[in-house]
Amino acid sequence: MSVLVYTENWDGKFKKLSFELVSYASAIAKELGTNVTALSIGNVDDDELTKLGGFGATKILNVADDRFTSLDNKALSKAVANAAQAEGAKVVILAHNNLGKALAPRLAVKLDAGLVSGVTALPSGFDPFIVQKKTFTGKAFANAQIDADVKVLTFSQNSYKLAETDNNATIESFDAGVSDADFSTRVKETNKVTGTVLLTDAEIVVSGGRGMKGSENWGGLEELAELLGAGLACSRPVSDEGWRGHSEHVGQTGKIIAPNLYFAFGISGAIQHLGGVSSSKVIVAINKDPEAPIFESADYGIVGDVFKVLPQFIEGVKEL
Amino acid sequence: MKVLVLISNVPDTTTKIRFTEDNTAFDSSGVQWIINPWDELALTRAVELKEAGAIEKVSVANVGGKITEPTLRKALAIGADDAFRVDAEPLDAFFVAGQLTEVAKDYDIVLAGIEASDYNGSAVGGMLAELLDFNSVSAVSGLNIEGGELVINREIDGGSQVLSCAAPVVLIVQKGIAKEPRIPAMRGIMMARKKPLNVIPAMDGSNKIKFVNYEMPPPKAACKLVDEDNAKELIAMLHEEAKVL
Repeated sequence: MSVLVYTENWDGKFKKLSFELVSYASAIAKELGTNVTALSIGNVDDDELTKLGGFGATKILNVADDRFTSLDNKALSKAVANAAQAEGAKVVILAHNNLGKALAPRLAVKLDAGLVSGVTALPSGFDPFIVQKKTFTGKAFANAQIDADVKVLTFSQNSYKLAETDNNATIESFDAGVSDADFSTRVKETNKVTGTVLLTDAEIVVSGGRGMKGSENWGGLEELAELLGAGLACSRPVSDEGWRGHSEHVGQTGKIIAPNLYFAFGISGAIQHLGGVSSSKVIVAINKDPEAPIFESADYGIVGDVFKVLPQFIEGVKEL
Repeated sequence: MKVLVLISNVPDTTTKIRFTEDNTAFDSSGVQWIINPWDELALTRAVELKEAGAIEKVSVANVGGKITEPTLRKALAIGADDAFRVDAEPLDAFFVAGQLTEVAKDYDIVLAGIEASDYNGSAVGGMLAELLDFNSVSAVSGLNIEGGELVINREIDGGSQVLSCAAPVVLIVQKGIAKEPRIPAMRGIMMARKKPLNVIPAMDGSNKIKFVNYEMPPPKAACKLVDEDNAKELIAMLHEEAKVL
């Protein structure tokens, strides 16, 4: 018996999310009186793999196999299932991101497991197993009970603190047991966004709404974002108008984000927008309308003109 | 090629969420039901592909009680050719996926929204693919059919990919798959009344999870307001007080 955590890598490196996942898995393993095995698929060197041990993994299964770079759902979910079975895992944890969401349902069926996606806290009980998840796009939480021997969880980013330990992990090479016939997709083209901070990854996000009045006014937001190492986002009307690309749209039907700090410039805060950002730790709202609903969700606010506030923010950040 | 679009019947996205019976059940009184926004985009793309002659037939399917029929009728009005309702209460994603296998098994492409806006499970499409041993591609933001080949755009963390995949396949779609959801025209609404809405009896099946109860997020403390002319002060507060800068 063990807790298995699938730690995805990005070009051979782990991100904060990977370490958060291992920390979360370690806390669950402790409650169950067992150990954490981390599964890594792809080319990651031993120095990088060892870092997972520092957050509580005692064993690392390493699948160094180039075929998986195609991110094929069928092949990858089979590989994770084989690792879970080899380890006798009772709990399998993945990230609630593009890849984790793609694999978890297939994996749950393969393992005859119960799946709870988007968990936001440690289980509140283990017998029966009850864990909290977001529902109604952040408007409420549900406590889900899993009535199956094996549990599969996808973990919402920024829901658990990093917990470093002085533990050392053993690294084992693992044969994922996947044949060429398991790969069903053929990648023709990959476009990586480079040079900008990934929205879903960003600790700080600077976002603009209709109150920015037009794409030509984004310079100040871009400058502030660059100074802060922040990601850039926008509300739905902005992407619908074509002022910014759809990839920047955050909200119920766009990207769901949970940064430490979210700046909303000229965003009124419709319920659909809040659905995508309400998990942010601190929300700062700047809007000329004192009645804008965003102020009900914001921690800090300025009722005023975004174009007067932005230069002051930029100056303030430079002075920090 | 035939396409099946899975339709989730969800509360309108502006619904104020409330619970009853000691927070153990969703309060559906007065709720307006809609097609899950992502499913609506999926259906729109399927109808576009049919109009372009790339596919022959678009069906929609749902697992639920009679209450979901207006939502299926709307899907027919948007342009689906026929609809299937598996007559069962949707207990959890695994149960729903199991109920859909009979309907879905004869289709080449199954489209499912990336999540439903109520329970945010992101699970039915992937589970159905596994149960039927179909291929699956997630976070799909574009679909074209070129010379019988499926050309799929998908989002990955940090970028996007173009890929091809053999049918039968479940595509789990998100924003971008269609520009705007199609609004049914009067003619579509009239025609929808005559289109078949097949009710299928439930199969044996069980659930693996259940929602014990619900909680509302804790109320937020009042927003701290700073004067427009002292905006720099707010940056200092974020640095010293909130410690997020």
